[in-house]
Amino acid sequence: MIEVFNLSKHFGSKSVVKDLSFTVKKGEVLGFLGPNGAGKSTTMRMVTGFISPSSGDAKICDVSVVDHPKQAKSHIGYLPESAPLYDDMTVCDFLKFCAEMRGLKGAAGKEAVGKSIETCFLENVARQSIGTLSKGYRHRTCLAQSLLHDPEVLILDEPTDGLDPNQKHEVRKLIKRLGEDKAILFSTHILEEVDAACSRAVIIDQGSIVADGTPEELREQSGSNSLQDLFRSLTTKETD
Amino acid sequence: MFTIFKRELKSYFIQPTAYAVICIFTFLALFFGMFFGNFLERGDASLTWSFFFWHPWILMLLAPALGMRVWAEEQRTGTIELLGTFPTTIWSAILGKFAAAATVWLLALALTFPMIIAVNTLGDPDNLTIFSGYVGSFLLCCTFLAITCLVSAFTRDQVSCLIISCTICMILVVIGYEQVAMRIRQMFSVAISESILSITAFEHFKPAIQGSIRIEDLIYFLSIIVACLLCTSAILNSKRS
Repeated sequence: MIEVFNLSKHFGSKSVVKDLSFTVKKGEVLGFLGPNGAGKSTTMRMVTGFISPSSGDAKICDVSVVDHPKQAKSHIGYLPESAPLYDDMTVCDFLKFCAEMRGLKGAAGKEAVGKSIETCFLENVARQSIGTLSKGYRHRTCLAQSLLHDPEVLILDEPTDGLDPNQKHEVRKLIKRLGEDKAILFSTHILEEVDAACSRAVIIDQGSIVADGTPEELREQSGSNSLQDLFRSLTTKETD
Repeated sequence: MFTIFKRELKSYFIQPTAYAVICIFTFLALFFGMFFGNFLERGDASLTWSFFFWHPWILMLLAPALGMRVWAEEQRTGTIELLGTFPTTIWSAILGKFAAAATVWLLALALTFPMIIAVNTLGDPDNLTIFSGYVGSFLLCCTFLAITCLVSAFTRDQVSCLIISCTICMILVVIGYEQVAMRIRQMFSVAISESILSITAFEHFKPAIQGSIRIEDLIYFLSIIVACLLCTSAILNSKRS
């Protein structure tokens, strides 16, 4: 479903993503781990077609993001890192707008919005202005827009960032459930989420993949049965 | 494009922006016309000098005030990332946003109708000349909006966008005035001064308010609008490459 081939990104002379390749199959939840500034968000932005790669390509359901961005984007649901929203709209209006942008109009749009609101537990705030929402509800609203068109591929950039423990638990459960029939790529630097939601994980550091495997395989690789130890040994500390 | 147009238009009216711009424009246009334009003493039934003459001065400040958020706000809040990952082109977004801002201005211009009623009640005006003046004002307004759109694509700071856009619009207006034009002619050679003066918006706006919409003026306004929107697209694309 997601196939990434030799993806690279340079900003001026700085190489942010270096020759990255990986795949995510249907029914797989791939955790994209790495310290801040490792290149996770840049990779995700390239896979979603928001920024173009310096070299390489990504295929979404066999459609190239570089050659056919519009078609590829129609298969993707994307939750950006900061969960950006239009503060002047109500949750319901925002979701209706996103549904229309995805080509879901009239009854189909209404149904998609209703389903999304239900999935993300937004019933209580559906008529509320987004500007007045708490961080948790903002995140869930943005997550809801990514689910509207029932995409085959979900790309979630730090979906649990800023949520309280209960909300984190709910979102992880939701990701796991959605991952049964979708390909999900989600980034995090919270290692406990790997066990809670991922079927596979890659660790990325300074733009390159430094480890790839199931949570069990990665734990074995650490020597001490600890993901945290593996993460610390493979990634560059900011103070280094 | 229509979905973005609808969202933007609604957004202008949810926030106080559109109301503020429409009220201030209507008030200033009528106030300038009545008092500075000496509407009653002048006996100018075509509204050319008493009413339309003041529009460039008002629009060079208010058009950027309405348009400054177009892209600056999207970039500041990060919603441009959402727009950029919807299965649509950047052109739909550019045209939708531009059309929404232009619609607000169309409404603002329409709300100066008391002036038309007054002039028709008091005299026997040439309504076609008045219509031509409105077309000129709308084109000028769209030109200033397109310039503001381009500037807002560069920055996420609305205040910087407002200052830069107002300055550009002001230059386009001010260099067309007699005294300034005369000074430019004195300072530069004929070729240079004529090239400078040919870019002034006022020179192309003047025929419209006098009742003649010339092809060259239409080309002038439309070419600036299209060029600015094309450059906006190029800037937004380059930021994503």
